[in-house]
Amino acid sequence: MAMKLNVNGSVRDVDVEPDMPLLWVLRDELNIKGPKLGCGVGLCGACTVHIDGVARRSCMTPISTVGAAKITTIEGVGDSVIGKRLQKAWIDHDVAQCGYCQAGQIMSATALLQTHPKPTDAEIDGAMAGNICRCATYNRIRAAIKDAAGVAVA
Amino acid sequence: MNAPANIAPSRRLFLKTGLALGGGLFIGAGLTDAASADDAPAALSAYVRIAPDGIVTIASRNPEIGQGIKTSLPMLIAEELDVDWKDVRIEQARVDTKVFGFQYAGGSTAMAQNYDHMRQVGAAGRAMLIAAAAAKWGVPASECSTAAGVVLHKASGKRASYGTLATAAAALPTPDFAAVALKDPKTFKIVGQRVGGIDNASIVTGKPLYGIDVVVPGMVYAVFEKCPVFGGKVVSANVDEVKAQRGVKGVYIIKGGPALDGLLDGVAIVADSWWRADKARKSLKVVWDEGPTAAQSSKGFAEQAAALSKQPATLPVRKDGDAKAALANAAHVIEAEYSYPFIAHAPLEPQNCTADVRSDKVEIWAPTQMPAPGLSLVAKTLGVPEANVTVHMVRCGGGFGRRLLNDYMVEAAAISKAAGAPVKLLWNRADDMHHDFYRPGGFHYLKGGLDASGKLVAFHDHFVSFGANNEAVKFVSSGGMTGTEFPSRVVDNYLIEASLIPCGIPTGALRAPQSNALSFVLQSFIDELAHAGGKDPVEFRRQLLGAPRVLGTPQTDPFDTGRMHGVLDLVVEKSGWGEAKLPVGTGMGVAFYYSHRGYFAEVVQASVAASGAIKVDKVWVAGDIGRQIVNMSGAENQVQGAVLDGLAEALGQEITFANGRAQESNFDRFRLLRMPQACPVEVHFLRSDNPTTGLGEPALPPVAPALCNAIFAVTGKRVRRLPIDVAQLKSV
Repeated sequence: MAMKLNVNGSVRDVDVEPDMPLLWVLRDELNIKGPKLGCGVGLCGACTVHIDGVARRSCMTPISTVGAAKITTIEGVGDSVIGKRLQKAWIDHDVAQCGYCQAGQIMSATALLQTHPKPTDAEIDGAMAGNICRCATYNRIRAAIKDAAGVAVA
Repeated sequence: MNAPANIAPSRRLFLKTGLALGGGLFIGAGLTDAASADDAPAALSAYVRIAPDGIVTIASRNPEIGQGIKTSLPMLIAEELDVDWKDVRIEQARVDTKVFGFQYAGGSTAMAQNYDHMRQVGAAGRAMLIAAAAAKWGVPASECSTAAGVVLHKASGKRASYGTLATAAAALPTPDFAAVALKDPKTFKIVGQRVGGIDNASIVTGKPLYGIDVVVPGMVYAVFEKCPVFGGKVVSANVDEVKAQRGVKGVYIIKGGPALDGLLDGVAIVADSWWRADKARKSLKVVWDEGPTAAQSSKGFAEQAAALSKQPATLPVRKDGDAKAALANAAHVIEAEYSYPFIAHAPLEPQNCTADVRSDKVEIWAPTQMPAPGLSLVAKTLGVPEANVTVHMVRCGGGFGRRLLNDYMVEAAAISKAAGAPVKLLWNRADDMHHDFYRPGGFHYLKGGLDASGKLVAFHDHFVSFGANNEAVKFVSSGGMTGTEFPSRVVDNYLIEASLIPCGIPTGALRAPQSNALSFVLQSFIDELAHAGGKDPVEFRRQLLGAPRVLGTPQTDPFDTGRMHGVLDLVVEKSGWGEAKLPVGTGMGVAFYYSHRGYFAEVVQASVAASGAIKVDKVWVAGDIGRQIVNMSGAENQVQGAVLDGLAEALGQEITFANGRAQESNFDRFRLLRMPQACPVEVHFLRSDNPTTGLGEPALPPVAPALCNAIFAVTGKRVRRLPIDVAQLKSV
């Protein structure tokens, strides 16, 4: 099925099966490698992208359900003020170890700050619980989110 | 895995300098077995280029798996070279043992092996740049100094940047490695600071850094179905039916060998996208010859362990004094059974490798901790000379010991050969969990004897572990004990002996191998002994450690009781042990462990609800890895990650086997730690006057027993099996 996708502000043509997940359209058809495979079933968050600003697991999103919605990946999130601020905070706090999950973490954090500009610890827990960091850099992820949000780091 | 901390005395360091390609100064340094560096193969552990524009490029020789080595080793060179960190570029070295020596990531060894050496490399470069400036200005080198990439002559006010001196320096004789002056560490400007990971900017913008991101022209995608029972063989498969699926370009029955860490039998599906290959797999039907391991199960292992525990042990490990006699005469004897499960590594990036096998050469792009053994495995399996195989190291999305093995590498090569095209092999999560080299489980039958004063007089562990190759002859990989585990050498009557259950399940090193499991058993049981003797757990441990001294010799895994006293005292102070007023239902537990040359003591504060639910409030860590922390940011990150990793293992991780198959397939049943469970981890380093050692592993072992000891403090219930069973902690 031929379709036009709106990815990071560009319109891209793809022709794939309707049940192909967005993750694989992005990675193998469009060579957008930021979203990662971790679990393949929506348990780890490494594949997180925004669909019309909402954090979604692209490994579980059939391409046929995306339509004309705006897709944002880690490659495009820096175009938003919040995304850019979070990327900077991630560098300032030297969050990453292996770094593999961090694209998904930043996408979830960006979606959080877009709806909760000054999140509480409980709101951070809730928004980030779906993103696994196998290296367990959680102390720094929390600090970076608070820093980007201008919330005092405990 | 263990590797020597020190360079073997028969080898010597050498330094090579000269003109860099494109101008400027090249510095190579490494080890050689040969008498003269000139005719030696140059095994470079460092490779530095100072360009005419002043940019310093340092090759990173080891794999980067998240341990931060790509940043921390170059920091040492940059420090002694005396350049601004912003002028340093780091590139990943290629895999070539003839040029770079043995390149690997494992055992927390890199810093111990390279700390002095990297500094000497930088210092030699600085000496040459000073010599070039001194010659140009006609002044004594001794009157020149350096600062941030510039040579200065104070008396005349002359200054010259390294870039302008680099080509002239390249023509100078190579200085004597041993004679170059090193900085006083008090003057360090880079080492000891908080330096961010060199790839951070690429990571946060989603640049393709990882094995899974590799793209090669003409590449196709593969999945590989292996027998769910370890070592099973393909009898037949419905190849034609799978070939008819959309996008599928080929289906190949691959014949492997018997070695579980080599190429195994399986069916490869090659397609024009990975998703299509994985989808086509749903139509694949394979008839397997499952082999002998199909009879093995976790339940069976537990039954065999219980039976073996009642029989005499078959494998001696260590015997000091006469533990059995001392137990017979002890005032109190405490007996306990402890066990822990097999667990998986579960790096977030599933195993993958890209291979391009041609008739005359093989090219591999692999996220691996052990590139050279992978290269050898590919060459041997495909029957090509090693010289015809090139391996490119790619950043690893986690290692934890899983990527010490190269099974995925040889699979990708075999599939590329069969398909006649470059292939990217990618495992899905279930593949990754079903075909790991697991941290082996174990069973410990312990007895401790106390005298009337509560002093430990006898210690006996009958360790029921697993035997390699389906035999009961030797320990499986990472399933052994050395007999130097504390309280070894501090109790007069100490007996460790083992019995083995034949095992066909592949095992291997998981972050802090052996220590990650033994710490739970030994440091929990020591807590039991403390309470049985009516002593505070910290005080009991202090008495066991005794006077500060070094137990053992460099050849027998030395243990410095003074260093352990130091970290124990520090963590007691920082955590407020014994003094902090804690709410009802909250308690503290303590544990310490020595592994990978590091001394760590940890206190966990946790609460247990009436439902049994555990909440870890905070962990305090005190660690001693010697006199210098190279990268304070990276160091704290490693410690926090290791501690939370250890908590995750204790709280939720277990791989169970039934009919020779791993039962857990994904993160629903094999649980990694998530943000809501991630407590603050407060890290303190004790700077003892000892050589700097590594930090990837040693902070992990103490946390599980410290947590279980905290649970005991709250509930009076002793956790003797991991993962922790919350139902047993219920108080209503």
